[in-house]
Amino acid sequence: MAAKKKATSKKIKGFAIQFMPFSEIRDLASGERIKKVLDIAFSNSILILQGRLKPEEETRLIEDTMAMIGHVKSFKGIELAVISPHQNRSPIEKFKHNLATRLSGSDLGAITIIGPASVVKEIKQDPKKIELFLNK
Amino acid sequence: MAIKIFNKFFKTIFSGIFKNKRDIKLGFYGPPNAGKTSLANRICKDFTGEEIGSVSKVPHETRNVQFKEKVEINYKGKTMTFKMIDTPGITTKVDYEEFLKYKVKKKEAKNRAKEATQGIIESIKWLDDMDVVVVVLDSTENPYDQVNITIIGNLVARKIPVLIVANKSDLKKSNIKRIEEAFPEYGVVGISAKYGKNLDNFYEEIFKLAKKVK
Repeated sequence: MAAKKKATSKKIKGFAIQFMPFSEIRDLASGERIKKVLDIAFSNSILILQGRLKPEEETRLIEDTMAMIGHVKSFKGIELAVISPHQNRSPIEKFKHNLATRLSGSDLGAITIIGPASVVKEIKQDPKKIELFLNK
Repeated sequence: MAIKIFNKFFKTIFSGIFKNKRDIKLGFYGPPNAGKTSLANRICKDFTGEEIGSVSKVPHETRNVQFKEKVEINYKGKTMTFKMIDTPGITTKVDYEEFLKYKVKKKEAKNRAKEATQGIIESIKWLDDMDVVVVVLDSTENPYDQVNITIIGNLVARKIPVLIVANKSDLKKSNIKRIEEAFPEYGVVGISAKYGKNLDNFYEEIFKLAKKVK
C-alpha cells in the first residue's frame, strides 16, 4: 500500500506547453523578449506564442541559443517554427497586413512555436501546418 | 572659394573611382550541408584555380567564416571582382551526438559542436557586412524550415539583395519548384554545385544583383 502511494506521488517526468499572448512581450525590449523565451526553453517547456518575433530578434534568439549550448546543462538548442496565415498574399492584402502589423506591433495572426531540442526532436513546417515530433 | 570647388571636384572624382573599384562582398548563407562551400569552391576554382575550404558529409564542416579576395568572375565578356565569403551553416540546435553517427570520436565531436556554435554566431554577425547574399538551400529538403525564413527575412530587413540557389539538382529527390513556391518574391536558380550544372544562370543573376550594389 505504502509502495503504491509512493509510486503515485512520484513526480511525472515530462514537459509543459505554455501559451503566451503577444501582450506579454509587447512592451519588452528585444533582449528581454529573448531572455523570456529562452527561460521557458530552459525549463523544458514548449512555448506557443501569439504573433512572431522580428527577423533581427529571431537571429538574436539563435545567437543567444548558440552561446548557451555547452553552458546550460543538457541544453542542445531549440526548435523554432512560425506559421502565418498571411503568406503568398496579394499586394493589397500585403499592404493591409503590414499596416495592421505596424499598429499591433506584431503579426498577431501568426503563431510561433519554440521548444527545447531535448524535448522537440523536429518541427515539420509548411504553409498550412506545423507538426511537432517529440523525443521519446 | 575656387580651392574649395577644386577640392570638392577631385574628392568626388576619386571617391567615385574607388567606389566602383571596391570588390563586391558576396556571402554564401544557408543551413548546414546545403552546399555553400561546394558552390563557393566551384566558383573560386573556375576563376582563381584555388578552393575556399574543405567539404564533408559530416555537418558543420565549415566552422569559421572563410574568404577569398579578388575573385574576378568573367561572364559573357563582362568582368566583376568579388570578395567571396563562405559562412558556417546556420541552425537552431547543435548536438555533438549527431557527429558520432559519422564515426567522429566523442572528444572530437564535442569540440566540433563547440566550434559550430561559435561559427553560427560569427555567421550572423557578418550579415551586416554583405553586399549580395546567395542563400544556398538543399533542394531535396523542406524549404519551409524556419532558419531559411529567418535568414531571408534578415537580409530583406537589411535591404541586401538575395539570390536563392536550389542546390543538388542532380539528385532524384530534388524539388526546385517547391523552393520557388516557398519564396515567390525572390529569384531562384536550380544548380548542381557538385557537377557545375546551370552555373551560367547563376552568374547571370549574380551580375544583375551586383549591379544594384551602390
